[in-house]
Amino acid sequence: MGLDFTVVPGHLDIILLGCAWTIGIALAAALLSFFGGIVFAVIALYAPWIIRQPFRLLEWVFMGTPLLLQLFLIYFGLVQIGIDLPAFVAGIIGLGLHFAVYNSELIQTAILSVDKGQMEAARTVGLSRGQALRKVVIPQAVRDVIPPIGNNMIALLKDSALVSVIGVSELTLSAQRAIGATYRPFEFYLVAALFYYVINLGMEAVQRRIERRIAISR
Amino acid sequence: MSDKSHFVEIRHAQKSYGPLEVLKDISLNVERGQIVAIIGPSGSGKSTLLRAINELDSLTGGEVWLDGVQVNKDMPHRQYEKHINQMRQHIGMVFQHFNLFPHMTARENVTMAPMLLKGLSKTEADTLAEEQLDKVGMLDRIDYYPSRLSGGQKQRVAIARALAMKPKLMLFDEATSALDPELVDEVNMVMKTLAEEHMTMIIVTHEMDFAASVCDRVLFMDQGVVVEEGPPSVVFKNPTKDRTREFLRKHLAGAN
Repeated sequence: MGLDFTVVPGHLDIILLGCAWTIGIALAAALLSFFGGIVFAVIALYAPWIIRQPFRLLEWVFMGTPLLLQLFLIYFGLVQIGIDLPAFVAGIIGLGLHFAVYNSELIQTAILSVDKGQMEAARTVGLSRGQALRKVVIPQAVRDVIPPIGNNMIALLKDSALVSVIGVSELTLSAQRAIGATYRPFEFYLVAALFYYVINLGMEAVQRRIERRIAISR
Repeated sequence: MSDKSHFVEIRHAQKSYGPLEVLKDISLNVERGQIVAIIGPSGSGKSTLLRAINELDSLTGGEVWLDGVQVNKDMPHRQYEKHINQMRQHIGMVFQHFNLFPHMTARENVTMAPMLLKGLSKTEADTLAEEQLDKVGMLDRIDYYPSRLSGGQKQRVAIARALAMKPKLMLFDEATSALDPELVDEVNMVMKTLAEEHMTMIIVTHEMDFAASVCDRVLFMDQGVVVEEGPPSVVFKNPTKDRTREFLRKHLAGAN
């Protein structure tokens, strides 16, 4: 039995819908991980001890345990304490926080490497430390980490396949559904792989555009 | 507010890092519109003294007063932060390495603080930026990012940024030391203009000629103390202390 791609067009609608879900979830999780990463970085560097310590525990949980387990915890575990999230929301939160922790590491290093004179100059005109961070230090730090954050975002896109296990009909689960109907795993997994690749290309293009815009202001 | 007789008043400033005493009981009064130069070898404490005026470095002892208000007041942390942010709006500072914000254009460098802290509208802030950048001769580069400016141009924008807050006092921390020799004059010209407008200025500098030409008073510092103080004609031409003489001889010989 050879490969037969003629079965694909009949199920392309499910696959495309799956693509839309994957893009939507990845995009939302990417935004959450980006802004969450900034917030986490500021907490890790500047928050008082009493906030920083519990936060460290959270950080350890997200870095030291499998993402799959985290998704189970958020989707199945939180129900027990009365938080019943829709699967796709649980997926976005899980992916977003998981990668926020990784982004936070990058942003922390970048914040610390912004020239000390920048904070001084901002404080000298009368800005508070918070204002100086927000207006002067963090924007510069973020610029420096766009390329490595872009790498994290590609990892995030690939890991978004994991949310299929909590029942979100994203690309991977959609491919599985098509396979269930046709018994053609090789064809549909290949098609799914192709779509992941295309989405990735799109993300890389966006990243390049952002990098180019930043380069102008340097 | 017991003593409001001087515009800027530093009383018994003392600063130490552990056992190392970098400022030893320094007192200094500056009147409104006066220009004071602080000279001295590196490590003499002159930058530390300047940075203590706006609390970039805090003193371990002594007081700093500006226009009848104590800058380094002793108060609870939160309250102090508010107070010092307020005070700093009145004290402009220019750094050796410019410290322009590289992600902002010249215009944005100038308008950021006035918009954020004084609530200026975009149009008001733009007018202000044009005014201040024109004053330092940088109006034609208003929408340039710092990366496209020369050192002298960057420093002029940095001065405009400080002036935009309408400070009562300007501090210059070796404003021309990092510049190529041919770019020093354009910055000095701007500082001269400020002098003519009677801006109160305290200038840490290595440029004796410039200090001699614009300053009302010169302080020579060494090892954390003021060794000699007086009008430039005296300190530069007829210093009374051996250490001052030695420094000037070395410095003027080394400068060329």
